[in-house]
Amino acid sequence: MKLSYSRSLLIFLLSSALPGHAELRATGDLGVVIERETGSIQIVNTTKPVSLSRIEGLGDLSHASIVFSRDQRYAYVFGRDGGLTKIDLLQDKIDKRIIQAGNSIGGAISQDGKVIAVSNYTPGGVKLFDAVTLEQLAEIPAIYGEDNKLSKVVGLVDAPGQRFVCSLFEGNEIWLIDAKNPRQPVVKKFKDIGKQPYDALLTPDGHYYGAGLFGEKGLALLDLWQPEKGVEHILEDYGKDDEQMPVYKMPHLEGWTVAGDWLLVPAVGLHEVLVIDTREWELVKRIPVAGQPVFVTSRPDGRQVWVNFAFPDNQTVQVIDLKDFNVLKTLQPGKAVLHMEFSPRGESVWLAVRDEDRVMVYDTETFAETARLPAQKPSGIFFTDRANRIGW
Amino acid sequence: MRNLLLVFVMTISTEISANELTSVRQQELLNMLKHDCGSCHGLPPKGGLGPSLMPEALAGKSDALLADAIQNGRAGTAMPPWKSFLTVDETAWLIQQLRTH
Repeated sequence: MKLSYSRSLLIFLLSSALPGHAELRATGDLGVVIERETGSIQIVNTTKPVSLSRIEGLGDLSHASIVFSRDQRYAYVFGRDGGLTKIDLLQDKIDKRIIQAGNSIGGAISQDGKVIAVSNYTPGGVKLFDAVTLEQLAEIPAIYGEDNKLSKVVGLVDAPGQRFVCSLFEGNEIWLIDAKNPRQPVVKKFKDIGKQPYDALLTPDGHYYGAGLFGEKGLALLDLWQPEKGVEHILEDYGKDDEQMPVYKMPHLEGWTVAGDWLLVPAVGLHEVLVIDTREWELVKRIPVAGQPVFVTSRPDGRQVWVNFAFPDNQTVQVIDLKDFNVLKTLQPGKAVLHMEFSPRGESVWLAVRDEDRVMVYDTETFAETARLPAQKPSGIFFTDRANRIGW
Repeated sequence: MRNLLLVFVMTISTEISANELTSVRQQELLNMLKHDCGSCHGLPPKGGLGPSLMPEALAGKSDALLADAIQNGRAGTAMPPWKSFLTVDETAWLIQQLRTH
């Protein structure tokens, strides 16, 4: 009796010591940091915080974007050179990798998590892939105009109803893609929506798709509950007579820019953040900021919006308090703050400070720096809680 | 004596021009090229929102054309003017870097 008890104890202790049993990794507090010059990424844990691994061989990540699988286990990295890499966040390795185009800007994952869509510059268009195998399911060339030219595709998001929405930069169109049969997607085209849509966002409830316009003032808005109404041009008159300043880096629109009833967007060619009331789609405030905004990102509770800037003001970050729309704080984290990402419930924010080769974590209440991790020319930072957000 | 002085002064001026771009400034310019130009043109600059800046792509374009695009931007496109940040000499140096790498 005693002997078998000891043996069982021994076996239990031995099996506990084996790897795989003692070190279960969960997915909810993981993240990925893009290292834009070396074509590598770091997998990080945001609770500790700590870097878990570096994975190399992802090609040209000078621009890169990520969506997560429904189970948060995989990150799909869309690289500038058309690379599409599926990363296993639990096993720190590349699961699958393909080169699907010549030049690509971003992608999305479908409502049911089974289809990956990629927006390409070259050849201009959208491609759909199986999320598990990365088998190509469909190709939709972004043909526009009488000469049947191909346009760069921007602002690709997933939308309810197993759909995707995107915009054509040269084509001046917005496309609503029904992907219920992903091998035979059905496209509804909205033409002449405004000049040079450069990026877009989906409101968190999946109701509205808004494309920012580079070639003119304002935004192009599509009500996904009433697509038959067509695309509305909002804010077309604001700042008409203001001197347009040159744009040194394209602003980016993401789902975060919606905070409560407000949509906050970078003003193109002006040192301003625009506050739009989403009930009436009217401009309610123009907030002067330190430079040309690139990202305007709201803390998960919607109380603060953090803004970073284009060259030559990219060492500065500002925080806007949405109680009164004033700039609450100006920070100088270091040279070239490229991206910001909030922890899932927003107690901290991670900043990618490219030219200091570090990622910095700030407390969003006290604005104190709480951690820093080394990173090689970091750019995008993406956390796994994006996995189940519509439009992300 | 005056001729000697003239030659001396001319030598100094030539040396100053050649050394105008200190190695620190050269590093700054290369960093700008990789990252601030690269954000639209790619890294290496095979293209993105902006066209390719690889040697093959630039071969058919004159230095003057490229210098004008960099200094003054290109109206109607996303290319902004960089003249507030780059001197004419620095622009010429960058074009050389692009052509030879």
